[in-house]
Amino acid sequence: MIEHRDDLGDKMGMWLFIFTELLLFGMLFVVYAVYRSMHPEAFKLGGEELDVALGTLNTVILLISSMTVAMSITAIQKGKKNLALALLSITLFIAVIFLVNKYFEWGVKFEYGFQPGGAELLELGQGTILFFGLYFMMTGIHALHILIGIGLFIYVIMKINKDKIHQTDYVWLENTGLYWHLVDLIWIFLFPLFYLIH
Amino acid sequence: MSEEKHHIVSFKTQFMVLLALLLLTAISVFITRFELGPFNTLAAMLVAGTKAAIVLAWFMHLKFESRLFIVMVSAVVVLFLLVLFVTFFDYSYR
Repeated sequence: MIEHRDDLGDKMGMWLFIFTELLLFGMLFVVYAVYRSMHPEAFKLGGEELDVALGTLNTVILLISSMTVAMSITAIQKGKKNLALALLSITLFIAVIFLVNKYFEWGVKFEYGFQPGGAELLELGQGTILFFGLYFMMTGIHALHILIGIGLFIYVIMKINKDKIHQTDYVWLENTGLYWHLVDLIWIFLFPLFYLIH
Repeated sequence: MSEEKHHIVSFKTQFMVLLALLLLTAISVFITRFELGPFNTLAAMLVAGTKAAIVLAWFMHLKFESRLFIVMVSAVVVLFLLVLFVTFFDYSYR
């Protein structure tokens, strides 16, 4: 049976989806930019409340996971199935660690009462409420994407294991990689805007 | 389609890309420690933009894909910048 495939079309479709994602986060960045220009002091103080060390750690491990997923495509192209599986397992592990870090980071904020609607937060004024609202909203939607990525990695690992993804048919892995790089791309902007700028 | 020649990015290249990204991360953490006023944001965004370009070019394979992909991505970036510009234009002259 001749199987019909259109790898370029599949990738094009993935890129179109990525554009909708970029615009989704892009508009949140526009909201951030406007509110920051209206409340510069509150955003500065809010940023100082965030844990730069934990943010940097998550940036570093997310960049490493972007490399391991890119390497897994090279491994598949070279026909090294086990290497690809190992690299994807590392990526999956890092994705989980990222969320564990986020859990602890958010946990501390909840303890301080900085979550949306938190008693302490409501006393701190409009600018701070907006800063933490955007912080939870944007890192939250980003974390949701990490969670979806974890599901995708498990699916792709199973497909490689069953030889459904192999040396000559790996567009599923490529598109999963593209998705993961998108998640990395968003974080590249979230990290300095929330954690570093003051 | 499956017989099409694919560009294979070597492990070494990918490792070098990671090193560049980590170096840029270190630079952005370092420079934002100083009080540079408005240049703080500008510097951080320049570094982030460079990192994004590196991820798009190598990890997302734009460097090796058809030119059409680069045109499409550029169009989305221009669209975003226009929305940003128009929004600020609106807020500044209210």
